[in-house]
This record gives sequence, C-alpha cells and structure tokens, in this order.
Amino acid sequence: MTYWIDAVLQGVLVGGLYALFALGLSLMFGVMRLVNVAHGDMVILMAFIGYITTQTLGLDPFSAMVVVVPIAFVIGYALQRGVLNKTISKDPLRSLVVTFGISIFIQNLLLEYFSADSRAIYSGGIEAQSIQLTDGLAAGLLPVIILATAVILTFLLQWLFGATRIGRAFRATSDDHDAAALMGVNNAHVYAIATAIAIGILGVAGIYHGMRTTFTPTDGPVQLIYAFEAVIIGGMGSFWGTLAGGMLLGIAQSIGARWDPGWGVLVGHVMFVAVLMFKPNGFFPKTR
Amino acid sequence: MKNRNKIDKQSCADMSRRNAIKTIAGFGLTAGLAGVSAMSNVAVADTGRTIKIGYVTPLTGPLAPFGEADSYVIEQMREHFKTGIEIAGKLHPVEIIVKNSESNITKAGAVAADLILRDEIDLMLVAAAPETINPVADQCEFNEIPCISTVSPWQPWLFGRGGSTEKGFDWTYHFFWGLEDVIGVFLDMWQSVDTNMSVGGLFANDTDGNAWGDREFGLPPALAIDGFNLTDPGRYQVMNSDFSAYISAFKEANCQIVTGNMIPPDVKTFWTQAKQQGFTPKVMSIGKGLLFPTAVEAMGDLAEGLSCEVWWSPNHPFNSSLTGKSASEIAMAYESATGRQWTQPLGYSHALFEVAADVLKRTANIDKRASIRDAITTTSVQTVVGPVSWGNGPAKNIAKTPLVGGQWVKGDKFKYDLVIVNNKAAPHIPRGSELKLIS
Repeated sequence: MTYWIDAVLQGVLVGGLYALFALGLSLMFGVMRLVNVAHGDMVILMAFIGYITTQTLGLDPFSAMVVVVPIAFVIGYALQRGVLNKTISKDPLRSLVVTFGISIFIQNLLLEYFSADSRAIYSGGIEAQSIQLTDGLAAGLLPVIILATAVILTFLLQWLFGATRIGRAFRATSDDHDAAALMGVNNAHVYAIATAIAIGILGVAGIYHGMRTTFTPTDGPVQLIYAFEAVIIGGMGSFWGTLAGGMLLGIAQSIGARWDPGWGVLVGHVMFVAVLMFKPNGFFPKTR
Repeated sequence: MKNRNKIDKQSCADMSRRNAIKTIAGFGLTAGLAGVSAMSNVAVADTGRTIKIGYVTPLTGPLAPFGEADSYVIEQMREHFKTGIEIAGKLHPVEIIVKNSESNITKAGAVAADLILRDEIDLMLVAAAPETINPVADQCEFNEIPCISTVSPWQPWLFGRGGSTEKGFDWTYHFFWGLEDVIGVFLDMWQSVDTNMSVGGLFANDTDGNAWGDREFGLPPALAIDGFNLTDPGRYQVMNSDFSAYISAFKEANCQIVTGNMIPPDVKTFWTQAKQQGFTPKVMSIGKGLLFPTAVEAMGDLAEGLSCEVWWSPNHPFNSSLTGKSASEIAMAYESATGRQWTQPLGYSHALFEVAADVLKRTANIDKRASIRDAITTTSVQTVVGPVSWGNGPAKNIAKTPLVGGQWVKGDKFKYDLVIVNNKAAPHIPRGSELKLIS
C-alpha cells in the first residue's frame, strides 16, 4: 500500500514542478491565444540568469529570485511589446513561427556565452533533504517547496484575474479584444503585462529547475511538452485547472512508471490524448 | 567474333600499358628511394604539395563538451606542423581544415562531404560520439577517402553503420575501447569492494541505454556470470524528472551498487531524489554522465565518491609520439593555457593527430588514397593514449585502447579530481588509490 501511496505522493510533487512551468503558458494562452514555443527555453534562460546572479553576487538561490524575477518581468514586457505584439492576429501560425525562432535564438545565444557545459545552481545541500512522513514514505524538501510555490502562485494569479483592475482588463481582452480596445483598454500594454507576469514566474521556475538538476542551453524544449499538456488537461483560462492538470499528469506518469519506467511518460501522454478526445476543453475550463 | 577479337586486342594493349606503368612506377620508386638516401644528409628536403587534413568535431551543441579541448589541440597541432611533414623524402606543408558538426548527424555528414568534394582533403579525422563519427565515416567510405575516428565505443561505430566483425570497412578505421571493456572495468571495480552484490540498473531509452541493458550483449549476462544480481526496472525517458519508481525498486532489492549510462541532468535528478528518499548505495558507477569535470562540479556537494570509466588521464604512463611530452605535461599545459580542468577527450584528440602524422610519414605514395589507407592498416604507434595498431582488434578496422576505472574525490586546484581506482584490465596504468565506498 505504501508503495502506491508513495507513487501518488511523488507524482503530486512532480506535478507541482510541471504546474510551475505551465502557469505562464496558461496565462499567455488565456489572455491572447498565443502559444509560446520558446517557453521551455525561457526556463533555461532564467536558470542561467539565476546562475550568474548566485555566482557573481554570492546570493543564495532564494534571495537571487528577488533579482531574477524583476529581470524576467522586464524581458517579458519588452519581448511582448517589441516582438510578439506584432505577430498577434487571427492566424496562430505567425506567433508560432516567431516564438519557434526565439527558441532557436535563445539556445544559440546561451551556447555562445556559456558553452554546452552542464551547470547547476548551488543550493547548499537543500536538494538532498527531505521530510520523513512515515516509515518508508519521504517527501523531498525541495519538491515540497516547489509545490508550495506553485500553489501560492496559482492563488495569486487567480486573485489577480478575478479581483483586480488589470485582471479585469485581462479577461476583457481575452473575451473580445476589439471591444476591450473600444472601452479604452490598451491591448498592447495589457498583453505585455501578461507576458511579463508569465516570464516573471519563470524567474522562480528557472531557479528551482537549476537547483533540482543540471541544465545546458539546449535543455529547453523538453520542459515545454509537459507544461503544455498540463495546460490542456486542466482547461484553458483556469489557473487552478493548470495546477490540477500538472498534478494529474505527474500522478499518471508516476503510477505508470511503477509498472515499468518506460511506461511512465507514455501513460501521461495517453491520459493527455484521452482528455483531448473526451473532454476537449479540459477539466476546469473558464474560457471557451 | 569480330567483337571478341577487338576486346582481346584491347586487353592486350591494356596489359602492356599496365606493365609499362609498373616499370615506370618501379623506376620512379627506386629513384625516389635514392632521393631519400641522398636527401637525408641534407637538412632541407624537396617541398611537395600541401597535404590537407579534414577534422570534424562537435564544437557546439549538446556534444560540445566532447569537442571542448579541440580548439586548443588544433592550435597546438598547427604550430607543430608549421614546418610541414616529411613524406617519402619530400617536405609537405600541412593544412588542417576544421569543421563543426554542431552535434547534428545531418550536419556532420554534410561538412564531411564538403571537406571531401570541395576542399579535396587527403585524410579525414573525426572524433566524438556515434552522432559525429558515423555519418562522417559513411561519407568517407562512399567517396573512398581514408578516415580515422575515435571517442566512441566501437560497437555503435561498427554495427551502427551496418558492418560486422567478419566484414569490416575498406576506408574507415577506428581506435577506442568497447562496451565489453567498460562492463569489465565496472565489474572489476565492484569486485574490489565488499558489497552484497545486488546491483540496480538505470538505463535510458536511448542507443547507449538499450545497448547497456541488452539481455544478450549488455550488462545483464556479464553480471550473471560473476554472481551479481541485477534489478532492472526498465527504460526511462531521457531528461526524466521522477526516479521514485527506480528508487523504491532499488530499496526493495537492497541494492548496494547502482550503475547505468546516463546524461548529466538525469544523474543529478536521480542522485538528489535518492538522497531525499534516504537511499545511499555503497557504489555508484555511471557511464557517460560523469566524464566531464564541469558536469561533475554541477552536482554540487553530492558528487563525492561517484565512479566512472577513464579512457585517459594525466596519470597514464604514455608520451606523445609527436612532441615527446607526457600525458601529465599535456594536461598541465592545457590547464594553464585555458584555465580549465583537463578532460578525457584532450588525450584522444592529441592521439588522433599522432596517428595521422604517423600514417602520413609512412605513406609510400601520397597522391594515391589507397596508399594512405594501406599505411593506416600497418600502423603501430605509441601514442599518449597507449599503443594504437590495427589488425588484432575485434574487426580489421578496429584498434582497441586501454580502459580503467576512476572515482571523483575532493580536489585541491579544482572542486573534484578524477583518481584511477581500478586498473585490473590495464595494469600498466598506475592506480591512484582504492575504490572508496560512498558514505
């Protein structure tokens, strides 16, 4: 029994990581129907910025977030204002192609400056610590922190969307951007704020990623697929849905892996396809 | 009838022409030899045409750590060959043309074709992983250009290109060790310490992982012979974020040894999750992922005591046949020139040019590709990675070099040092210490 409880527990913890990667993707897609193919590369870019910050300023990874998140926010705003706003149209292909190009650009930029060496953000041993729940059941401290961060960020995003002025603007542009513009909403600015928040979250996610494993400039695309699946499973426009989607994916993979490690990823993908077939809007859709 | 007569006549003419060529060639050769003996007394030999050596290596992309030392080695070699190379009595200038494979199979093949067809190189050198050497070797085989490759176990190079041990290749030659050597070295390491002989296997669902975990040719049969029990839960997807299924299976089987063939991020993810779950094996020997000091350093404080295969180190008791420098002198020169820790491909990149120089010096007729190829087959040279000679390997195109086992320990100059802890398979390579158990 402990064996399967452990499988679910580890699945939930991994799901927290997927959700953290997915929140920004969900936000960008929810507000402007933009699929950011470079999202995974952004995670790696932030991991590298986090790496420099910890190395040069001598900060611990958590303090480094105070520096990295504002940088990520500015990068996100500038990226949307300078590049992505020009690609937003009825045709989703344009933004897909452009973000694909950005993905290649980021990878090669990082290769140029950092070479292909594996790196990690030094976290002073926290990655090896764990919380012993019962005999034979332990939750890693870092995965628990990552999951808690994902929950807090989900809560904040949902609050931002539901209870603030900018959140109302997000919802308005998401529903009908022409009508929102007529009501005096500056769509270009609203979009840029959405992307800034999305990339800002990656400032946190990138540092966690750098703490839990090693990273190289070309590791980004692998991070994208699970985040994308988490968004679809959870349903568009709902951040709690994205969090739940990430966890469902994590649990499915973890249980599959207990049968055979080769099946873990497959079971996750099969669940994703099943959701697409039987619940194409995901489990908790807010916008249609 | 008429036709046949014609053919006969033609072949007759052909015969006599061939004879004539042979005679001339023979005369030329004698004259050449006379020239050599005459010239050897004089300081400067005749100057011949420029010899072009093509070199394909991954300078960027995921395989770049393999090519990291290459820019340095090539600079050294250009300096060394500045005066040219003496082939059959003539001093030939040498040009080394370097192409980046960008860690991409298609690109590697394309730049190889460029080197052969546009640059018209005389000899191809290529290093680092099947993704680089296989497409390049295939191009060379197809275009009949002699090619020497290294830094990949010989199995993917031979079988991956559709070769067999009986029937090798005509133009492409490889020197390195094989899967059987790394399995042997790992077993030697584990037998040198006291464990319960229960081994956990972490094999990725990629070419290397499937080869290692293969029930017929991989680790499982070799382990069974020596009395080890293997727990192999299955193949995981590369860049896995959750190893809990493995960890609970290994705990269940009380594995005191963990092994596998993994890339650096998977090693770190597994190892941190194992620590979180309170699973600490006595020995962890991982192929591929622990080769490079930068990757080991990225593991933080957790890398202490991890073990891996060692193909080359500054402690290898070999000298360069080109510069006469020892392995340790070459590593130190690299560290002081680049400020980076020595890395295993450094020795092999150097050795590749040693073999190339040796082959070219022994080539009878530099303008005949087949002559260069024949010189490769009769190679017997003492390089900085050990002796290299073709003819007694598993196939006629494969020369084997020695392999030992190493362990990462806390270092002085750099964060971790790789110390040789097992040399049972190659006793002439000195051991730095015993394999220590992970605490």
